[in-house]
Amino acid sequence: MEEVKPSAVEDKAAAEEAVEERVAQEKTEDSTAQNKETEEREVDVEREMEGEVEVVTPCPTESHGLQGTIKGHDLFGYVGIEAVLDQMRRKTMKAGFEFNIMVVGQSGLGKSTLVNTLFKSKVSRKSCSPNYEEKISKTVKLQSVSHVIEEKGVKMKLTVIDTPGFGDQINNENCWEPIVSYVNEQYERYLKEELYVNRKPRIPDTRVHCCVYFLPATGHWLRPIDVEFMKRLGKIVSIVPIIAKADTLTMEERQEFKQRIRQDLNANGIRVYPQTEYDEDPEDRILNDKIRENIPFAVVGTDKEHQVNGNKVLGRKTKWGIIEVENVAHCEFTNLRDLLIRSHLQDLKDVTHNIHYETFRVRRLNESNLTLQPPVSTVYCS
Amino acid sequence: QTLALEKQYVGFATLPNQVHRKSVKKGFDFTLMVAGESGMGKSTLVNSLFLTDLYKDRKLLNAEERINQTVEIIKHTVDIEEKGVKLKLTIVDTPGFGDAVNNNECWKPITDYIDQQFEQYFRDESGLNRKNIQDNRVHCCLYFIPPFGHGLRPVDVEFMKALHEKVNVVPLIAKADCLTPNEIKKLKDRVREEIERFGIKVYQFPECDSDEDEEFKQLDKELKECCPLAVIGSNTVVEARGQRVRGRLYPWGIVEVENQSHCDFVKLRNMLIRSHMHDLKDVTCDVHYENYRAQCIQDMTSKLTQDNRMESPIPILPLSTPDVETDRLIKMKDEEVNCYVIMGNITYTG
Repeated sequence: MEEVKPSAVEDKAAAEEAVEERVAQEKTEDSTAQNKETEEREVDVEREMEGEVEVVTPCPTESHGLQGTIKGHDLFGYVGIEAVLDQMRRKTMKAGFEFNIMVVGQSGLGKSTLVNTLFKSKVSRKSCSPNYEEKISKTVKLQSVSHVIEEKGVKMKLTVIDTPGFGDQINNENCWEPIVSYVNEQYERYLKEELYVNRKPRIPDTRVHCCVYFLPATGHWLRPIDVEFMKRLGKIVSIVPIIAKADTLTMEERQEFKQRIRQDLNANGIRVYPQTEYDEDPEDRILNDKIRENIPFAVVGTDKEHQVNGNKVLGRKTKWGIIEVENVAHCEFTNLRDLLIRSHLQDLKDVTHNIHYETFRVRRLNESNLTLQPPVSTVYCS
Repeated sequence: QTLALEKQYVGFATLPNQVHRKSVKKGFDFTLMVAGESGMGKSTLVNSLFLTDLYKDRKLLNAEERINQTVEIIKHTVDIEEKGVKLKLTIVDTPGFGDAVNNNECWKPITDYIDQQFEQYFRDESGLNRKNIQDNRVHCCLYFIPPFGHGLRPVDVEFMKALHEKVNVVPLIAKADCLTPNEIKKLKDRVREEIERFGIKVYQFPECDSDEDEEFKQLDKELKECCPLAVIGSNTVVEARGQRVRGRLYPWGIVEVENQSHCDFVKLRNMLIRSHMHDLKDVTCDVHYENYRAQCIQDMTSKLTQDNRMESPIPILPLSTPDVETDRLIKMKDEEVNCYVIMGNITYTG
């Protein structure tokens, strides 16, 4: 009888959950009541750790302010629970993590520039192909480019999936199909790996964690092609729509445009990230509501720097002024960056893994009548 | 001595003044078509050009309504008067163009419209009462190229090629305030190169006469080098540099529509209204309309030889003896066509 260790999980997200569970279990042994707030704080700290500079470890003598918790200084001696977080952090940094982002939109909307600006490196397809030509391709061909970028000891394998040719033809019917196929293929690949008898300790994750959809700044409404695309893809991947090249809209026009887009999204039943159904708790809901009131973000991207008031800033210089990309009064690039990288990166991966992938998996398994009930020869330990 | 000099002149040097006076009394008319996808700023530009608000009560369609929308042709007519001169301006709008997922042949309603105006003029011209012919022919088509792309898209190329032999096509780069000066230059170079490569015959500015003054020649040269013109329009007046100007207010600065270092709006307005309106009309009459007419006649005559029964927009004499009469008719039409080819070189005044 073969025993598979319960802690042999591939994905880091699952590993975290497992650690969380263990920590929580230990806590229930110590305290009489579950302290959900502590868990949340730990989750927040973990999130912070992935992309941020400082790691704040909770002070052992800090009062939690709730009944039923045995505070650190009440314990006889120091157990050292917080050290688990340290261990996890070290493991994360050693292992690094993957993030796959897809950019979709017509030619010339600034997809490559935005991706380069977001990750402050030349990670787009444009920057990496030696003979890159800005030609409109006749069919939609997905192309992905991977880089490992490192910040403060944390390594990230970033894969940018580009979709040249989308929406560029005269007849764009079904131009979303290659994209839908690609997303499903990655889920399929992961599913296969998951079903193997001898599984890899870390299944390579090529699933699309986030799809950034570029809307041209027309100022009117969503176009039919936008609706068609987001309707279909919104069901299988987390879509983050943005208004591209937004420096052609005044502040008023921007607000009106966003409002109309949100109305259109509602009217067509399109759910974009962060989806209301996946808010885990009231705190999340408040945070995400703020984001939802503001999407789609109006962004401007550039890799050029200019001098403004003695500082070097990323910006676009025109005859009437300099548009500062990282200035919130000018555009919402920082909001987008914070959403995608600083606050919701892990959440994007979680939603992809726990919701989109699971939906796919259930459907696939039902379709092919595969079950995980093993045949006689191999037994999974439950 | 002055009397003697006066006696030497015939006096027709006053003709231009007479024409001028008559024109002022009669007024001018001009039909301008605007084409391009939704949200390119066409309406705003038209309002800026003619200092009007033609689209006050317009309702924008939302995505659901636009899924089933076809390309429409909508006309707005407005009478503008300035310094005693009247202009009857007709704007032909083409909502729905290029907005659908499948835009195959989305220019067909537009080419059909232009042909219809030609056909109507052809009928009127060949009719018996030619006193009050209404000229609804399209004199100029402004085509708005999005600034977002890297050059011409397939739909841009196909549209312009479908129209370049029917109307004066003037390509514009729309919403130019999202481009830096370098980007504008790159895009213009790219578009010019692609226009040549694809054989698109956009409206060509006529050559300057050798006796024009240097300033005019310089302006003309600058205009030609600037094409396609990168434009910005505005419906609002803002305060800039101590003046009230048409512009767009951003957190990072103010774009002035009439500031030549910001965009080519002034060049477009000057070209369209102040210097080239007449030439646009002439080219429409002498080239595009004549092409249509010659083609029409040719089609008709070839049909006549095939079968003796046909519908024609122009009066055809009843045929007594089929073959002899047909031959005579063909000969007559041929002569007519040739006549126009010869006469095309004479310029008419007024």
